[in-house]
Amino acid sequence: MRFTAQDLVVRYSGRGHAALEGVSMEVPDGSLYAVLGPNGSGKSTLLKALLGVLPVSAGAARVDGRDASAWPRRELARAVGVVPQAETIAFPLTVREMVAMGRYPWLGPVGAEGEKDRAAIARALEHCDVSDLAGRDVMTLSGGELQRVRIARALAQEPRALVLDEPTASLDIRHEMAILELLRSSADEGMTVLVVTHSLDLAARFADRMLLLADGRVTAEGPPATVMESAVLEAVYRWPLAVAPDPATGTPRVTPLRRSLPPGA
Amino acid sequence: MSRLGLGAALLAALAAAVVLGVRFGAVDLTTGEVLAALAGGGPEWQRQIVVDLRLPRLLLGALVGGGLALAGATFQALLRNPLAEPYILGISGGASVGAVLVLALGLAGATSWALPLAALAGAILAIALVFRVATASGRTLDVRVLLLAGVVVAAFFSACVAFILSVSEARTVQGAVLWIMGSLAGASWSGVGVTAAYTLPAAGLLLTLARPLNLMAIGEETAHYLGADVEKVKRTALALAALLTAAGVAVAGVIGFVGLVVPHAIRLLVGSDHRALLPLSFLGGATFLVLSDIVAQVVLAPTQIPVGVITAFVGVPLFLVLLRRSLIP
Repeated sequence: MRFTAQDLVVRYSGRGHAALEGVSMEVPDGSLYAVLGPNGSGKSTLLKALLGVLPVSAGAARVDGRDASAWPRRELARAVGVVPQAETIAFPLTVREMVAMGRYPWLGPVGAEGEKDRAAIARALEHCDVSDLAGRDVMTLSGGELQRVRIARALAQEPRALVLDEPTASLDIRHEMAILELLRSSADEGMTVLVVTHSLDLAARFADRMLLLADGRVTAEGPPATVMESAVLEAVYRWPLAVAPDPATGTPRVTPLRRSLPPGA
Repeated sequence: MSRLGLGAALLAALAAAVVLGVRFGAVDLTTGEVLAALAGGGPEWQRQIVVDLRLPRLLLGALVGGGLALAGATFQALLRNPLAEPYILGISGGASVGAVLVLALGLAGATSWALPLAALAGAILAIALVFRVATASGRTLDVRVLLLAGVVVAAFFSACVAFILSVSEARTVQGAVLWIMGSLAGASWSGVGVTAAYTLPAAGLLLTLARPLNLMAIGEETAHYLGADVEKVKRTALALAALLTAAGVAVAGVIGFVGLVVPHAIRLLVGSDHRALLPLSFLGGATFLVLSDIVAQVVLAPTQIPVGVITAFVGVPLFLVLLRRSLIP
């Protein structure tokens, strides 16, 4: 699966400036692609436009070369699994029921769950290490467990691409790393993974390519080594930063500096 | 409890309730007399009581109770609000205005065919008004606006009812109040036919929306990403639930608590999967209203208590027991 934006402009009604102002990017097939940028820079808007749920004011947002909004919803849901930023669950629901919802694009409103569906659900539960939780009410899960369950639901769709909006926000180290390892191995198996995140360091370690957004425009795009430049990052985040290779991993690491100290002190 | 087990239990309870309802009523008949009347024998007046009063009243109770509970479960899922019930969108208010207006103008007595017609017209007017407001902002139906519009429209209609009653004669007021409290006393075979013609197809269609309604419980955005046609599901389900409610209110007045308590009770017993919740709510609502109506007829016979009073008296403690049980680990 490829996601492409071409001079993409998205305007929310009632707001003066555009949320995305001429964004061009391409998520190559089978890669792990991270979108980063300050709050309000247009990250989530870009995802929603690429998923065809926000009207495009100008330019194009395409999935596999076809306009995102032109995809029939069920066909797109068979190809792309999405884990949105937040969900409020209205009624009690077991983990298995939640993950089984991922079969909707294959079953439709009235189809009966078959052997193939049950196998896909079991694989997804296994893959995200939540098989033991299958009978639990999702409302009683911890943040890390719930996030893995939501990713399992997306995997149960048996998609060719995963799109995730801040999947590791508010998770501890172990759970954050477990989810990123899961995404990395999915990409290595050929899945296209598009992820919005705030963690520059981890994006630099796990992603094949990074996109840096600021005020709805692309500031930098490319492999982590080219994007993780202190001058670029300082301009985007408007804060003094230092970038140095991490002694343990060798990947670029960002250190925000205190304002009172000159950079490099 | 297993879904099939609960379904079987509810079916058995409904069958038992129908047997009870044929046997017992406001007029004392012996078992022999009832059986003779069912077989087409016995005195004419006994046949009338059993075949033309009790039977249609039972069937009407089952249809209305089932429809209200199903509508309640649907509204709770769509509005993502456990407090939602069938009357939340002002449907009862609209129906009440139609019914009270007809009574106050002396156009119809409490048993005339004009009364349900006026109530249905009022209910549909209310639905149209609320939908219109909720979709005014753009191309999508915002359920939060829908909820607000429903509350406001209900308040307006309730003021209309108060105004009409305040300028009416005492006899009209009593008839109107009894109608508003809800009763199945007006049941007839033609009423059963018309209600079934609305209720059964609407209920059948709603059952096919069970799985998309499951998705809506985790949010419209996610439902969209999982491939559901969210706008279509919302509009279709709301229209069907509103139709079920309007059909029930038109023939039986505003019977409370069935649509709120029954779906919750079922949810506490078998969970929130709408593939089980919707059909079991229909069965549960049917059983509950039929039983309540028998109690309403016999407990102070020959005086009949409005069935809405019984549904509240029985439904509230029952619900509290279930709720308490669900909170104890």
